[in-house]
Amino acid sequence: MSARPPHASVTDDPDSGAAAHLLEVSDLYVEFRTRDGVAKVINGVSFHLDAGETLAVLGESGSGKSVTAQAVMGILDEPPAVVRSGSIRYQGRDLLKLPPDERRDVRGKQIAMVFQDALSALNPVFPVGWQISETLRTRQGLSRADAMRRALELMDLVRIPGASARVHDYPHQFSGGMRQRVMIAMALAENPRILIADEPTTALDVTVQAQIMDLFADLRRTIQLAVILITHDLGVVATVADRIAVMYAGRIVEHADVHALYRTPAHPYTRALLQSIPRVDQRGQELRSIKGLPPNLLRIPPGCPFHPRCQYAQPICSVEAPPIVELGNGRASECHFAREVVSDPL
Amino acid sequence: MIPSDRSGVRPLGEPFLQVQGLVKHFPLTRGILFKKQVGAVKAVDDVSFELRRGETLGVVGESGCGKSTLARLLVRLETPTAGRIVLDGRDVHALEGAELRRMRRNLQMVLQDPYTSLNPRMTVADIVGEPFEIHPEVAPRGSRRAKVQELLEMVGLSPEHISRYPHQFSGGQRQRIGIARAIALRPEVIVCDEPVSALDVSIQAQVINLLERLQRELGLSYIFIAHDLSVVRHISDRVAVMYLGKFVELGTEDEIYERSTHPYTQALLSAVPLPNPDARHRPGIIRLEGDVPSPANPPSGCHFRTRCWKAREICAAEEPPLIAREADPHPSACHFAARQSASALEPGPATS
Repeated sequence: MSARPPHASVTDDPDSGAAAHLLEVSDLYVEFRTRDGVAKVINGVSFHLDAGETLAVLGESGSGKSVTAQAVMGILDEPPAVVRSGSIRYQGRDLLKLPPDERRDVRGKQIAMVFQDALSALNPVFPVGWQISETLRTRQGLSRADAMRRALELMDLVRIPGASARVHDYPHQFSGGMRQRVMIAMALAENPRILIADEPTTALDVTVQAQIMDLFADLRRTIQLAVILITHDLGVVATVADRIAVMYAGRIVEHADVHALYRTPAHPYTRALLQSIPRVDQRGQELRSIKGLPPNLLRIPPGCPFHPRCQYAQPICSVEAPPIVELGNGRASECHFAREVVSDPL
Repeated sequence: MIPSDRSGVRPLGEPFLQVQGLVKHFPLTRGILFKKQVGAVKAVDDVSFELRRGETLGVVGESGCGKSTLARLLVRLETPTAGRIVLDGRDVHALEGAELRRMRRNLQMVLQDPYTSLNPRMTVADIVGEPFEIHPEVAPRGSRRAKVQELLEMVGLSPEHISRYPHQFSGGQRQRIGIARAIALRPEVIVCDEPVSALDVSIQAQVINLLERLQRELGLSYIFIAHDLSVVRHISDRVAVMYLGKFVELGTEDEIYERSTHPYTQALLSAVPLPNPDARHRPGIIRLEGDVPSPANPPSGCHFRTRCWKAREICAAEEPPLIAREADPHPSACHFAARQSASALEPGPATS
């Protein structure tokens, strides 16, 4: 895995066309102009993704993880959302600079997305086979029969049992897990190279969640799919991700290889999260909860946005935004005391 | 805060809530004018257990297993089809009038969604003080405001926020309001139905710690219903595993999480994603095929047999009772109850 720190200087040669990574997001800023003021939702996010790799974007509600996904996918509600600056390079091309029709061409064919709630994302009045094959007919000009054949292949790929018997069934006839598989089949219809999965298993039961996670691992092996997994679940991340970007108040505060992050978290927020979750494999001790609340994005605290809740906070933290501290092997933590935190035993 | 020690130091009192053969069937009807019953959803199907003073009984299971219906039966929001719930020697569902009101004082509930379970047009003072309207003997009118402020302080909210409305609070704070309302009448039992599953990770721990502190301070007993096996392990003294309306295994936290004998429990535990990347390829991982069958038409015999890798002919013919088994003395409803050779919760060898 070639690991690059979040703020690497790839943007220096913008038109070389030979970017090192499949996807490269640099210094992205997104804000929402609301009645109550400007909510700074994404405040300088940078990350990259390679083929066949799974990057987890971990964060709580309001951390900006879903908005990041929507920005990459090009489905932000604009307005109220505004992309203030930054670039999203897919194979070297900045998606933010593409005209709408070219951007549309990337969606689905190169980058596709699945959502949390499969029931509301599927159309209840059309059979699933028809919905899976819709893009093949309308965008790739396949005949009905060919499109349906391909839909069957896709249903097999996502391991829907008895696909040929179920291709004419309607969404309500499927269970939650099977619906999520239908969604994934739809997303894969045009052979995208990147799949963005926004909380794909949050609505599912744990035994079904495990099946879907296995499917993601499979797809990655068989079709070299790169996955951006948006989630709040530290267990899910540990199960499937290669790398993790931890988001807080619209910034990636820690970026690390999955093993390193769980062993020696380098940001106080990551560390506090790991200590605050009850563990199914451990007997209960008092949970070390994180005090306070996530910040209001209309009024992000000055300095480090985590400082009001941080046990490592010093006077400097409320004054000066922390630098990105590189810790080697692509690890980076945005904390004044990153080196102290990373060497503090959990 | 005092570190909680759940390993039996707190003396567990006598069983004072008994549930015997509890059944709830929801009829399935066909036709508009002349409704004809064509079947029944067996949401809760012959559930029995006891709750002791100061104890937390966790109930885990997947969606549709009947755990929320069980919660609603316990607080008498649903009428059981059969069976009894006995609190302090009295059948909860046979009570009327003043006796029923007294029972309700003693048995409160915390709901899952703090956004929809608080009336947006009532202030915190009204919400937390409403129980006193119904039970004026607990707090005379003049003392209510002070009482509500005291409750807010107990759940970690500022007493000055008494005149605010629910929308002025975050999700975690709203759940604290819901908890303050539940403890207002000083009940002995609180039924918590998924109390933390709507909350963010960093807020969950705050609410779990609050529930544990209140239990120590007030000697509460909890029935803690959740789908999250980690949260249930953390908070529970005993755990019941529910599948299609039935308890399939019942034991202490240790018996369920370390020495489970029912295949469903084992599969459920092994499906929990551990926050430890080294545990990815742990031994003993079981992957269940398919989904939970419809509770309107559960399989014959053992309900779990359609997804079970141990199923034999006897499983379709004969329903396994929830009794102590040879493999381990705690009750398990499986003909072939056996402990797993490798615990699914042990991380395997490091894979890096």
